[in-house]
Amino acid sequence: MKHLSETIVVGLGALLVLLAAAFGQDAAFRTHAWVIFLVLGAATIVMLRRVEIVPAGAKRVPEDTSGYMDGPIRVGVILTVFWGVVGFLVGVWVASQLSWPQINFGPWFNFGRMRPLHTSAVIFAFGGTALITTSMYVVQRTTRARLFGGGLAWFVMWGYQLFIVLAATGYLLGITQSREYAEPEWYTDLWLTIVWVAYLVMFFGTLVKRKEPHIYVANWFYLAFIVTIAMLHVVNNLAMPVSLLGSKSYSLFSGVQDALTQWWYGHNAVGFFLTAGFLGMMYYFMPKQAERPVYSYRLSIIHFWALIFLYIWAGPHHLHYTALPDWAQTLGMVFSVMLWMPSWGGMINGLMTLRGAWDKMRTDPIIRMMVLAVAFYGMSTFEGPVMSIRVVNGLSHYTNWTIGHVHSGALGWVGMITFGAIYFLVPRLWNRERLYSVRMVNWHFWLATLGIVIYAAVMWVAGITQGLMWREYNDQGFLVYSFAEVVAALKPYYVLRVFGGLLYLTGGLIMAWNVYMTIKGHVREERPMVAPRTGLQPAE
Amino acid sequence: MGILDKHQVIEKNVTLLLVSSLVVVAIGGIVEIAPLFYFQNTIEKVEGMRPYTPLELAGRDIYIREGCYVCHSQMIRPFRDEVERYGHYSLAAESMYDHPFQWGSERTGPDLARVGGRYSNAWHVQHLEDPRSVVPESIMPGYAFLATTPLEYDDIGARLVANQRVGVPYSQDDVTNAIPDLMAQATPNADTGGLMSRYAKVTAADFDGNPREITEMDALIAYLQMLGTLVDFSSYDPEANYR
Repeated sequence: MKHLSETIVVGLGALLVLLAAAFGQDAAFRTHAWVIFLVLGAATIVMLRRVEIVPAGAKRVPEDTSGYMDGPIRVGVILTVFWGVVGFLVGVWVASQLSWPQINFGPWFNFGRMRPLHTSAVIFAFGGTALITTSMYVVQRTTRARLFGGGLAWFVMWGYQLFIVLAATGYLLGITQSREYAEPEWYTDLWLTIVWVAYLVMFFGTLVKRKEPHIYVANWFYLAFIVTIAMLHVVNNLAMPVSLLGSKSYSLFSGVQDALTQWWYGHNAVGFFLTAGFLGMMYYFMPKQAERPVYSYRLSIIHFWALIFLYIWAGPHHLHYTALPDWAQTLGMVFSVMLWMPSWGGMINGLMTLRGAWDKMRTDPIIRMMVLAVAFYGMSTFEGPVMSIRVVNGLSHYTNWTIGHVHSGALGWVGMITFGAIYFLVPRLWNRERLYSVRMVNWHFWLATLGIVIYAAVMWVAGITQGLMWREYNDQGFLVYSFAEVVAALKPYYVLRVFGGLLYLTGGLIMAWNVYMTIKGHVREERPMVAPRTGLQPAE
Repeated sequence: MGILDKHQVIEKNVTLLLVSSLVVVAIGGIVEIAPLFYFQNTIEKVEGMRPYTPLELAGRDIYIREGCYVCHSQMIRPFRDEVERYGHYSLAAESMYDHPFQWGSERTGPDLARVGGRYSNAWHVQHLEDPRSVVPESIMPGYAFLATTPLEYDDIGARLVANQRVGVPYSQDDVTNAIPDLMAQATPNADTGGLMSRYAKVTAADFDGNPREITEMDALIAYLQMLGTLVDFSSYDPEANYR
């Protein structure tokens, strides 16, 4: 009987959540439990319809487990595109809230609850699903082994989606730990821990049963990402719940210890989630798309170990000039500056993979996306060390410069490398000859690029303006600007940022359409992307 | 390149790869975080610091729930402009009972570390209900619903206990009297003798100007009005805690 035990487990889960909804200690917890009950209830119904009961005596056709396991990967690709569009859309919304505060609809849709929704939707829903999906693809292809654990991959994929739904609905209900990029409360954290351990088992198990003696470099990065995130997640989320049937908890640490634990986590969510994991992606998809081997094997060894060792130290640069002791701030700064080198090692290894194939930049918009991703990686990993220098940070901290920096990494590096991987994967996973439209990829490329450039430039100007206005003195020794005047001065930049975000979102929507049509099996009639003789041509 | 050739060993042994990665990533955090639990300037006790009263704690929970930390920092850096704008720079001890800390990372709005006592309760009510009615340039969302939402405080004792378990020195007396203390602080003309004996420097008032019920607005303003007011800086000696 196919799917029967899974259906029973999901159904029991729904029942358990219903009990939590009945006996919850606070209103937010009860509402949250109802939401999750609806989700799991719907999942149970879907599962029930898929249960196949084989009559006694009839021969059951066993599932073919000889090839690669691509089912969860196909689901993951679709979900990645979906969460990408959702994340960008919420981003445009929260950016608009800063421009026009009238569009805050409290309590659920106020900026304070929407911003964690945006950051988590992009980092964990879009980025996380992309990482899990591509790692499942890459580890199978580079080890020539099927994913370990049978249905475990399905549990990882859907379990992670349940985590996303728990986190997202929790934010809107006001269920948060207020730890940036680790906002979900204790029970959501516990659930993620279970899913993450399953993910580690699945990934590690696949590596163990590999048929290639060598473990390919992309898998080092994926493995380091998985194991480090496990460590960071568990330590940073140590907390004491008020009640086992309540949403509220208090963190184990307080004050300065808590602050450094959080930013040790926070910076390495960037370092391992948004960097190491996506470097794994780069090390597989870029050579594949360029049809060239990775530039330097030695460089990948050196930059891998240097990167994972140095990154962990960089957290204190988020706490310059605070009550954190100076020695810790200095350590954080020095290691951040050193981190520049291994980061650029990765960039060089990625870019130089294209040696001898640079002409593809003109003909292949997917390669162009990947190159831009790596270029933005290089740019933001240079900007980061600069901002981590104490005196620079004195100006940049608390301003929109930080927001701009994060977005050149997130939109430029994480977004673009993921789009490249998705365009690579979709035709292969659904056995299509090619994408529905390569020209639409080109449109996506230019819209996204323009969006990022506008966004980052506007936020630089806004951030530096802010920092300088706050500290401006007149010749009589008085502060020149009130805080409110600085807020007013930022309005045009906030509006321009919405525009940049809109361009990026439009690119995302074009991708969603392109992916949808490719999966449906359509092929768009269009002129092929060959470079015209008259030189470069802008987007059409 | 002898050493790099030996790297093949790791590349062919997945357990070794996993363990060595974990060891390499564990070092930095241990070296930086562990000493903070032992060094004098991060665990110093400063005169005046006390745990939050039950009402303030409930207000703080609302502050966290609404994501105020997303736009408001609570960490004044030792710069001339910040000290003039916001007050004395923040001490580590001032957030010693903050589970979790609320230092923040952005100043879309101003720092709140010492906002306590700067404005009247009535100003806070009006500002939270309609920020632009008092600060035309403000881009803060309105929080009018706080004034109409009764505060949920049945479990305030349990919340004190949870804080006790993570190291906040609430006494058994504090826990037993959590609900009466909370009510006394927000009700006009209540007997605040017990509350005052348990918590120093407490302001009891009808914070939201609505004597009929205790609302979330009461709790949030009680919290805002005590921020940064506990330490008496005329008697604080920074030299004593230099590293």
